[in-house]
Amino acid sequence: MATKIVMEALSPTMEEGRLVKWLKNEGDKIAKGEVLAEVETDKAVMELVARGEGVLRKRVLGEGETAPVGQLVGVIAAPDEDIAALVAGAGGPVKADEQAKPPTEVVAKTEASAGASSVPSTPEAAQGEASMPPQQKTQRIGNAAPRREPAPVPEPITEQAPHATENGEGGRLRASPLARRLASESGLDIQRLSGSGPGGRIVKRDIEAALAAGPQRAAAGAGAAPRPAAVTGADYEDIALTQIRKTIARRLSESIGPIPTFYLTIEVDMTAVAELREAMKGLGDDYKVSYNDILLKAVATALEKHPEVNSHWLGDRIRQFNRVHLGMAVAIDEGLITPVIFDANRKGLAEISADASELAAKARSRKLTPEEYTGSTFSVSNLGMFGIDQFTAIINPPEVGIIAAGAMEEKPVVVDGEVVVRKRMRLTMSCDHRVVDGATGAKFLRTLQRMLENPLMLVY
Amino acid sequence: MPVITYRDALNQALFEEMRRDDRVFIMGEEVGVYQGAYKVSKGLLQEFGEMRVVDTPITELGFAGVGVGAAMVGLRPIIEFMTWNFALLALDQVVNSAAKMLYMSGGQYNIPMVFRGPNGAALQLSAQHSQAWESWLAHIPGLKVVAPGTPYDAKGLLKSAIRDDNPVIVLEGEMLYNTKGEVPEEEYTIPIGKADIKREGDQCTIVTFGKMVLVAMQVADQLAKEGISVEVVDLLSLRPMDTEAITQSIRKTNRAVVLEEGWEVAGMGAQIVDVIQRECFDFLDAPVLRVHQADVPMPYAKNLEKAAKPDAPKTIAAIKKVMYID
Repeated sequence: MATKIVMEALSPTMEEGRLVKWLKNEGDKIAKGEVLAEVETDKAVMELVARGEGVLRKRVLGEGETAPVGQLVGVIAAPDEDIAALVAGAGGPVKADEQAKPPTEVVAKTEASAGASSVPSTPEAAQGEASMPPQQKTQRIGNAAPRREPAPVPEPITEQAPHATENGEGGRLRASPLARRLASESGLDIQRLSGSGPGGRIVKRDIEAALAAGPQRAAAGAGAAPRPAAVTGADYEDIALTQIRKTIARRLSESIGPIPTFYLTIEVDMTAVAELREAMKGLGDDYKVSYNDILLKAVATALEKHPEVNSHWLGDRIRQFNRVHLGMAVAIDEGLITPVIFDANRKGLAEISADASELAAKARSRKLTPEEYTGSTFSVSNLGMFGIDQFTAIINPPEVGIIAAGAMEEKPVVVDGEVVVRKRMRLTMSCDHRVVDGATGAKFLRTLQRMLENPLMLVY
Repeated sequence: MPVITYRDALNQALFEEMRRDDRVFIMGEEVGVYQGAYKVSKGLLQEFGEMRVVDTPITELGFAGVGVGAAMVGLRPIIEFMTWNFALLALDQVVNSAAKMLYMSGGQYNIPMVFRGPNGAALQLSAQHSQAWESWLAHIPGLKVVAPGTPYDAKGLLKSAIRDDNPVIVLEGEMLYNTKGEVPEEEYTIPIGKADIKREGDQCTIVTFGKMVLVAMQVADQLAKEGISVEVVDLLSLRPMDTEAITQSIRKTNRAVVLEEGWEVAGMGAQIVDVIQRECFDFLDAPVLRVHQADVPMPYAKNLEKAAKPDAPKTIAAIKKVMYID
């Protein structure tokens, strides 16, 4: 009967063995217990011995070759026995169930058990059980499988009462440090979010879901100190509503209709503007501009410095524009229309003047295209030519402010302790209180006043 | 590139460095005639003779001390401990002599020596012989500690350790000796104190070292199939530690699991987590979790030993926890 010689587990941690040297040749007679070959294990060189007898018919594994534990390395059989099938089956490890129980015919005999001491003198060697190391190879394999993102979390911003998020014990907000940072960078009110982590902890994916749910101010450039002047980046930024903003919007709308408007009036000394205009007129017709042109230029320039006023109210957020498109109210026979001077803050006086007169002419002849009277971010209305010294204009939604300019008049005013005559003009700004607070509007008007009183600022 | 065992990679490093510098010699139990308990010193005696390949009695404290003395007078000893479990007896020489000599001699005696041997558990060697000592050793100012997990790293770090002018601890692994990996034929060294990103990923970082690198790679492979992208930071050196590599990775992934062989209390992982909480606080989306050996002496019983050891399933569970995946 044929006997398979297989690579044996000759040490507790051996996975494969290298056949160092065959001690028998094919055709040699083999007695039970004879040493067949030397095998190098992970620990030492061991002997592979036979218990079955017959003739070494085939040396399947060559000297110097390595085979995993369980693989056929040779065959012992009777001289005339057919072993073709056995040898043909060689080359792979034996089945697991065969590997589990050592073959009875062939056993490994360590030198230690034979009385020699070539077994490592470590305690490990005394251990008899064959096991494999838990891992074998270090691999650097690319990640081919589809990515799995952390579980998506719907319903990010829920309409909870203010400070409703009490996701930790004692009502303390629970959020990962990363979530807090991301929320503050993107202008999210973390108090408004519900957390999907343990104990209601707000984690990164909650922030991402909230940002994905409603366009928010982009996380990237947010928090940067100086705002870029128009057109350098995106056309606008959307700003999440803070809790206080929401409350102001709701309460004031209840009080005074859909747009809770309030009015700020400031009187501007136009003497310098008048001088400027006269001087320009002196340069020739090419340089002739109207007071209204200068006013438009000043408003546009001031808006660049106060983007919070250059905004739209969108109900669930505020869209703050980085470009200034100035609406200019024009009276026509049928009523009123507001054509737009696009990128007014980037245009010189000559361009504004040309735009304004062209648009006004088109408006009166009803030749404005829709593109020419939509898209404004802020508006100016001027009734000065009708002798109105002061009035309040109606906001053109979703804009949040409009400037109403009255007539320029000569008035006695006190300058440096003396009464002098000055050209004065009253500007009244209508403000949407959902977006623009009193102080915000006042600061804008103050800037506008300074610019008109020091028109050189307009060329800076 | 040739694929060789961790054992042979270390052996190559010893040959190359002993040929390069005749002040280098190796000393320890069974390093010579027996060719090394794990055959790491195989062939050295034949080439370099018994003046440079010195078999010692079973006297760890003694031959470690002889090594320190030799280093003080200009030789560059490599002390092989059959395992670091046996090196406990020698710790007085390692900690009080080797690590402190430069300091206490006012800079007169640097100690260019290497202490090396297998660290951590193998299989069923029971409580006294299955211990990971890295946090004990890395605790000591004056020592450098490296823990390579692959043949490539083993060779490059051992060569750097031998060339270093200070005492360097090299933590090998009995279960690592027979693992294989690519090792270039040409000369190279790996700088001590520099980590290696064994695998890039962007959803969670595993910080690990030594034998556990292999577990981490298994974990990364398995999670990749689930679509989870894991980055494996192999520290390679525990002291000095490449904190920059750790923080860079976690600032990217926002989540971390620290995987180590040793015990939890005052383990290496505690030090690593300390670095993370300080350097990455605002980048963390979850508390950092640790995977380590159970807080018990290593059991002998095979099932209990398996339960006590850190492994891939435990690491995967930790990663899913920090990613909030149930």
